[in-house]
Amino acid sequence: MIEPIFILEAVVNGILLGGVLALLALGLNLIFGVIDIVWIAYVDLVALCMYAVYFLVTLYGWPLWLAGLGAIGVGAGLGVLVHLLIITPILSSPPINQLLATGGLLFFIQSVATLLWSTDHRSVRVSLPTIEVGGIFISFSRLIAFGLSVLAMIALYLFLKRTYTGTAIRAVSQDREAIALMGARPQRLYIVTSAVGGAMAGVAGALLIIQYAVHPYFGGAFGPLTFMICVLGGLGNMVGAFFAAFIMAQVISVGGVLVSTEMGYVIAFVIFIVLMFVRPGGIFARRG
Amino acid sequence: MTSAFRVVGLLALAAMALVPVLPLGAAQEYIWHVIIQIFLWSFVGNAWSLMGRFGLVSLGHGAFLGVGAYATVLLWNFFGMTPWLGVVLSVLLTVALALVISYPCSRFRVVGHYFALVTLAVGEVVRLWIVAERDWTGGSLGVSLKTAGTASGLWTLQFADKRVFYYIGLAAWLFGLWVWWRVDRSMARSAMEAIGEDETAAASVGIRVTRFKMGITALSAALTALGGALLALYLAYTNPDTLSGIGVSLRIVFAVVLGGMYSLLGPFVGTALTIALSEYLRISFGIKLIGIAETIYGLLLIIFIIFLPAGIYGSIRDALFRRRWARPQPS
Repeated sequence: MIEPIFILEAVVNGILLGGVLALLALGLNLIFGVIDIVWIAYVDLVALCMYAVYFLVTLYGWPLWLAGLGAIGVGAGLGVLVHLLIITPILSSPPINQLLATGGLLFFIQSVATLLWSTDHRSVRVSLPTIEVGGIFISFSRLIAFGLSVLAMIALYLFLKRTYTGTAIRAVSQDREAIALMGARPQRLYIVTSAVGGAMAGVAGALLIIQYAVHPYFGGAFGPLTFMICVLGGLGNMVGAFFAAFIMAQVISVGGVLVSTEMGYVIAFVIFIVLMFVRPGGIFARRG
Repeated sequence: MTSAFRVVGLLALAAMALVPVLPLGAAQEYIWHVIIQIFLWSFVGNAWSLMGRFGLVSLGHGAFLGVGAYATVLLWNFFGMTPWLGVVLSVLLTVALALVISYPCSRFRVVGHYFALVTLAVGEVVRLWIVAERDWTGGSLGVSLKTAGTASGLWTLQFADKRVFYYIGLAAWLFGLWVWWRVDRSMARSAMEAIGEDETAAASVGIRVTRFKMGITALSAALTALGGALLALYLAYTNPDTLSGIGVSLRIVFAVVLGGMYSLLGPFVGTALTIALSEYLRISFGIKLIGIAETIYGLLLIIFIIFLPAGIYGSIRDALFRRRWARPQPS
């Protein structure tokens, strides 16, 4: 029998993991909701941002916070590049071709990373203490990552709700034909969205590199999970994805302690598959 | 098809059947090895395109491939069951898995993006399960086919001579083409095309949507499992990353898209090109630039999907046929 304290610790770790997953899902969901395209390679862009932080810190000796800001810039730039070079030519293609084109990007990023930086696992070492609360050990770097990712999400929320551009982006996601009639240029809004989505990948990368080592196949570890969270929350539904991230993280974390790490993921994916049948519009979709 | 096409086809087939007899010098084993892989992966690609061409884009065929491969290998390793029976059982198991997934997908209309993501999750479930059951499956280290030793031969389907597998691969590939052709000529094709266009409209004219979708999924999964079992028997080794999981699933899809998923020979052309390309790059760069082959591969995929969505073979064929129509037909 597993002691309750371990399960409690798994729950706490699940909440911390949920913050990271929510952040990963957020950028992807924004792009998904607005441009209506699944960037299969989104988490690989996150991995590139992690590499950016790693090299800025180890090679150029930047302080971590500055390297993190640099990664946000790199992410935004990558987002715009992906949109202009790959998405723009296939905007009106069948959805499956769009999926496959970004899938090609996934292969490309993984193999370029292998080619340039080999398959070594790289991480930025930050020696932060582990704090103990009532017998539960919580890693301080995870706590920081959690806090910052919640902040980033609030920032994105305010951007979408309070600014003029944010309002226009929400309008595009509601009706792409009507927004053109209102005099806004969807193409420009798409670029802004891709940049913001890319910047979110940068934030995620900067926060992930202090907890996980980056390697060329990092995207494969988190990618599928990230899509599933987006779909579970309802495509384009930010709040839904936020909660879905925490649910999935709990399943993985607690399931990992109770059974085994792989089975935690297996259970999470099975729950996803079943929920897709029961609530295809996501767990928070209104029946209609 | 005109008789000229038939003659060319028969000649090509005869040439393929003669390859193992030709004196190819020191590299002959290697050449056979590459061609066997092309046959078997084309067979799997053909199986995938049975669904893909009707808009059922599955990103989880690695699951079917993996179940087929692992069931066959494990039944032999642990129970000494002849692969003849093992393959049948593993195909049945895979069909059962395919039906369990396909029934709710068809009932609840999980289509398009959602279908792709559900199948992606299925592929991950199978891969992670294989890794988790490491006492049986060897986990991520994979598992080798227990050698039959002196008993190798027709009963154990283990052969010291690669040429036997060459003919098995050729036969499997031709069988896959035949199935594809039969489906192409059947009523199921019209039904599936109608379903792909508009499910509600198809149902309203009396097409049994669920039944057709489940049927084509089961067929595709069965062939994929057979392909997985043959690959595992040929390579005598399976690994969750080489015969299961997302990487493999995407690779199958890409080879087919590259060649053209709406044509009979598209999967073959795509598979042959990708395998030839990666082998060529591997030989010319060796271990100096690990990853260069995949880099070029990924880049080509993006370019192809943007500029030639019908695939190489599909586009060439379309261009040829358009020219033929433009020409005045001899009476």
